[in-house]
Amino acid sequence: MSLLNTHTISLFVTNAPGVLSRISAVFARRAFNIDSLVVSPALDGKFSRMTITAVGDSKSLDQIIKQCSKLIDVISAQEYDGISILEKELALIKIKTSDKYRTEVLQVIQHIKATTIDLNDEAVVIQLTGNSEDLDSSIAMVEKYGIIEIVRTGKVLMTKGTDKT
Amino acid sequence: MTKKTTTGADVLLKVLENYGVQYIFGHPGGAAIPIFDALYDSPLELVLTRHEQGATHMADGFARASGKVGVVLVTSGPGATNTVTGLLTAMMDSVPMIVLCGQTIRENLGKDAFQEADVFSMTIPVVKHSYLVKDVNDIPRVMKEALHIATTGRPGPVVIDLPKDVTGADCTASLDVEVNLPGYTYQEKVDSQGIKALADLLKKSKKPLILAGNGCIISSAEKELATLVRTLQSPVITTLLGKGAFPENDPLSMGMLGMHGTAYANMAVDKCDLIFSIGSRWDDRITPGNIEKFCPDAMKLHIDIDPAEIGKIVNPDASVVGDAKLVLQELNKLVSELDSKEWVAQCQANKKKYPMKFKIHGGLKAQHVIDEFSNQTGGNAIVTTDVGQHQMWAAQFYKTQLPKGWISSGGAGTMGFGMPSAIGAQLAKPKACVICICGDGGFQMTLPELSTATVQNLPIKIVIIDNKFLGMVRQWQGLFYDNRLSGVELKGSPDFVKLAQAYGMKGFRIKRPADVSKVVAEALAYNDGPCIVHAEVVKEDNVFPMIPAGGTAGDMILEEPKKRMEKPKGST
Ligand SMILES: Cc1ncc(C[n+]2csc(CCOP(=O)(O)OP(=O)(O)O)c2C)c(N)n1
Repeated sequence: MSLLNTHTISLFVTNAPGVLSRISAVFARRAFNIDSLVVSPALDGKFSRMTITAVGDSKSLDQIIKQCSKLIDVISAQEYDGISILEKELALIKIKTSDKYRTEVLQVIQHIKATTIDLNDEAVVIQLTGNSEDLDSSIAMVEKYGIIEIVRTGKVLMTKGTDKT
Repeated sequence: MTKKTTTGADVLLKVLENYGVQYIFGHPGGAAIPIFDALYDSPLELVLTRHEQGATHMADGFARASGKVGVVLVTSGPGATNTVTGLLTAMMDSVPMIVLCGQTIRENLGKDAFQEADVFSMTIPVVKHSYLVKDVNDIPRVMKEALHIATTGRPGPVVIDLPKDVTGADCTASLDVEVNLPGYTYQEKVDSQGIKALADLLKKSKKPLILAGNGCIISSAEKELATLVRTLQSPVITTLLGKGAFPENDPLSMGMLGMHGTAYANMAVDKCDLIFSIGSRWDDRITPGNIEKFCPDAMKLHIDIDPAEIGKIVNPDASVVGDAKLVLQELNKLVSELDSKEWVAQCQANKKKYPMKFKIHGGLKAQHVIDEFSNQTGGNAIVTTDVGQHQMWAAQFYKTQLPKGWISSGGAGTMGFGMPSAIGAQLAKPKACVICICGDGGFQMTLPELSTATVQNLPIKIVIIDNKFLGMVRQWQGLFYDNRLSGVELKGSPDFVKLAQAYGMKGFRIKRPADVSKVVAEALAYNDGPCIVHAEVVKEDNVFPMIPAGGTAGDMILEEPKKRMEKPKGST
């Protein structure tokens, strides 16, 4: 068994019922765990863009991409990494705030460049955007105040320059 | 009552008719009634089966024998789920098939309505593609796309789920729709550069070996393959499904490789300096668990229409994605005779030294019966098989001469496949001699289709190799599990000759070796309808050679081992 790595795969698919089931079946069959999955309509509404991050070994991933490409509803499937791509994720984080820590929490929020989108006596909800690793470290900085809940969108990506993803 | 309007069902059948479909294999039910109603006025012929699984195997046999699409029509719920085994069988062996399923009305979908099954989701892993049709005017497009997908590239089954209110509704869509599948591509052009790379590697080989798989059969590449083999002067081995791609009586043919392949085929694999897979996917019946041990010193070349097969098991030194026939046509222009005389002589010497053999005396042998059918038909029959020991003996002893003359469930290993697939094959090739070789176990899985064979009056010859055991499993328990026989003794089987008579068929019996040639001749001469040849063979014979699952040619045993063997590492 080769090393397990996190991979990011971008798929361009027809906007047809069942396409998600077909794709997730390809991952599940090879025991790949999908960490995150983002689907949204493409510029041309007949198609959708899907970004999947999943953990598994590279050799299996190669097969998964080939098997996905084979699906009739998949126009293209490709793994992306490195400097040629832009990647972003959004997270909503609900943090406990007592009177004692409120100021400190708000300072940290400012420091990590998050936006406060809801605030009451006991909690604050902040919004963070950035690449996934930055989100991880930002989240670590607010962890000690007590995180009630986190919702992350999962990673989306796009190639740099004029080429389409 | 006269019909005034054109329904979705009418249009569906019209598209099939225009495409050239002749037969539909099926079984009716409530949700499929609109389609059966439309069949009433259609020139398409319904072959009414006794079970939906039978329908799928018939369509499968039809498709494999003819190279054309096989069409199945069933009702919703249990009717549709009964096709799943047939879908898996077709998917594994790349068989073009359309399965039309009735479905509950749209409004009821997802409400656990009577005979509702989520067929679309349930079949995703066993189809090339599938549709749930929600709008009657989509029917012409969906049907055309389905036919296109099923029959092109690497063929496979397509399921179309058809709610009853959709097939029953008026259809106003034109039949002249274009297929528009932006996500579906397959290699149509030949990759000249890749082909040149194959040719360059071939040139250096002194011990070449061509491995012909199902891809050769599907693409009808037999002529091109023969040219390549003769030009290069290379021995040829085939997979189970590649049988018939090259005449097995030819001196350059080394027969089938793999778990129960011939000794000389497996020895050639072990010693070759180049192995060239043409439409074989290096599956685990022919390659060891540790792929590094598979002809370690040989160059590996691979042609496959499916890019996902390249590098899946074996990482080839050169490969071309494309249709075997087209690729070989180009390749043949670039190759010439190799310096392989010594190697060919060595392979042929092994063929003499380790021949496929059996003892004629001491009880009736399955191999004897099969060998006789092979000799009396000159290898020119279409043989379908079931799954088990008899299948392997048939592969070893029936010397297939015809491409598309060998029909067997390879990837799925589906018991119950043999007899229905013979029905389909005979419908596809009315003039051919069609022989089904099956075991007493597998035959009983789909035996109700005897009625279908009788109704259609098809002169198929159903040879039941009756060893009173689920023989292949008994063989494993005998060799690897201290002969602790568990769940393999088949008691209570009917008298198969009487069974034949009960179905209004002819029944023959072979009990003694001395009767073999006479009864085989009689059965082959009987063409008034289907017949059963009940061969009561010795109970505990085993198939050899055998490479235990996961092993290599070095692990091959040629005859009954003296002591108990270690459990194999491979799966089954
Ligand atoms: C549907 C199905 N169930 C179970 C098996 C497992 N299996 C493989 S061979 C075999 C025995 C077949 O017995 P029989 O049909 O009598 O043929 P024989 O091996 O004796 O020639 C079994 C049970 C299978 N391949 N397919």
